[in-house]
Amino acid sequence: MTVADGPSWNPITDLQQMWSFPFMVNAFRAGTIVAVLAAAIGHFMVLRRQSFAGHTLSLIGFPGAAGAVLIGVAAGYGYFAFCLAGAAVIALLPRIGHGGYSEESAVTGTVQAFALACGFLFVALYRGFLNSVNALLFGSFLGITTAQVTVLGIVAVVALSILAVIGRPLAFASIDPEVALARNVPVRALSIAFLLLLGAATAEVSQITGTLLVFALLVMPAATAQAVTTAPMRALALAIMIGLIVTWLGLSLAYYTPFPVGFFVTSLAFAGYLGSQLIRHTRRGRTTADLSASGIVP
Amino acid sequence: MNARSLNPDVDTQLRQVTEPPTDQQPVITLRHGSVDRGNRRLWSGLDLTIAAGEFVAVLGPNGVGKSTLLQVILGALPLAEGRVQVLGQSPGRANKRIGYLPQRRSFDPSLRVRGRDIVRLGLDGHRWGLPLPSWLPGGAPRRSAAARVEEVIDLVGASGYAERPVGELSGGEQQRLLIAQALAPAPDLLLLDEPLDSLDLPNQAAVATLIARITRTQRVAVLMVLHDANPVLPHLDTVVYLAPGGSLIGPPRQVISSAALTDLFGTPIEVLTAADGRLVVVGHPHRCDAHDERHSGRRP
Repeated sequence: MTVADGPSWNPITDLQQMWSFPFMVNAFRAGTIVAVLAAAIGHFMVLRRQSFAGHTLSLIGFPGAAGAVLIGVAAGYGYFAFCLAGAAVIALLPRIGHGGYSEESAVTGTVQAFALACGFLFVALYRGFLNSVNALLFGSFLGITTAQVTVLGIVAVVALSILAVIGRPLAFASIDPEVALARNVPVRALSIAFLLLLGAATAEVSQITGTLLVFALLVMPAATAQAVTTAPMRALALAIMIGLIVTWLGLSLAYYTPFPVGFFVTSLAFAGYLGSQLIRHTRRGRTTADLSASGIVP
Repeated sequence: MNARSLNPDVDTQLRQVTEPPTDQQPVITLRHGSVDRGNRRLWSGLDLTIAAGEFVAVLGPNGVGKSTLLQVILGALPLAEGRVQVLGQSPGRANKRIGYLPQRRSFDPSLRVRGRDIVRLGLDGHRWGLPLPSWLPGGAPRRSAAARVEEVIDLVGASGYAERPVGELSGGEQQRLLIAQALAPAPDLLLLDEPLDSLDLPNQAAVATLIARITRTQRVAVLMVLHDANPVLPHLDTVVYLAPGGSLIGPPRQVISSAALTDLFGTPIEVLTAADGRLVVVGHPHRCDAHDERHSGRRP
């Protein structure tokens, strides 16, 4: 979908060119909001090892979005409704949402398949714009309205404010639940609150990357940052930075090429993750070498 | 003093030694406490007083309710009968003044969190709101918090590896950091559940000595659940021996003795002293599940 001539390779000129189209301005606004929220929530999701819950929520969002399109509502509202409701259900189930998710994988897998099937049915019933199933599954940056950006912004501000208040006890409860409980931290309530925040973040990310590629913004920036640094605030800031860079670059590349935005965002995030693992392993190798040179380890 | 009647002169002797010279209120007062797990009574009629700075070990076979005693003190489990006061308050109210080390698994090797941050959580992890950087206005308390974290890391001898991701550390290193975490808020009481478990022998001795030193220098009362008292034996003030049929409380050498344990368990038990002063218990029932079933018929 090349709208314009190729890039001039001057970032300012290119941005000016892209931003002369209102839909690109909205795409950048929405992408920015989503990248920040996803990286912050993703930081805690990686810390809590709840990637599987995030994946489940994204798939639950798909029939929501498809259903919304079917009844003539913006897909975004469908994502929010289904992801938040799904998060509430997972939170109320005794064990799935609270760490030990390995045993319930069969149940969750069943629900995921059913969610995808429902979504597919709704798309088929709609019979409309055939491209929409691709957009719902793999993302699109076309046709984001200013109203949608406002909704994304409000949800993100509310979610980030809640996260700022509960972040520290949430980290405590995630890393060391038994001790946190002994210090009167409401571990269970925090777990429920976090799943709802994760639902909101998943719904937002789905609107840029599609249902199947949410991890590009939800997991990869946070996992990349935590591989590079172990200082919590630095990891959080780095995750947000990575999220912003891959989103902006992904949008620009999708604008200038015929390939979809989901592909670029995911590939860039993946490249970052590979790079961080490389850094981590060479660094660890060096540390061990230093220590053995000084006689600390054999 | 204990549910099961002892030989009267041993009983009197124990009672005299157990009464601590109290210059202040006891850290824990448990009066005639009984506790149930499900519909099984674990222990009953337990009387226990722990004074400030006292070093107490809780011993007994598996499944007898040693960790449950810690849960009761933390207020996580109510007593079925009896009364307990912790630091002058009902259990659960004074948990900010208690350092707790649960029975551990080690941290996930992939956990990318520094040892220092684990310790810091023990100090202010329960607080709401963002931790602000210390250069912002009003940063003095946050600077002193960072200094406190350094202090306890230094105290447990973990300065060399506090910057490394905790998942990459050895069991002994993780255990030292967790003790530092429990010590960070300057507690009056430390509850340690099998702190020497999963450590190799040299580390067991080192961590035991560390805990004993902390008890003395920081004047913290320690209640430690153990399955083998030997590593801490020279440092102990009091032993609480829980058995399916009752309990026994007193100085270590008197509780861990052939006469007292034979009487407590109702089966012949012999305590031998090795050349290095270690105690070897012969005939000690390691699990009490079978016993419990036998005993439960007798209880109302």
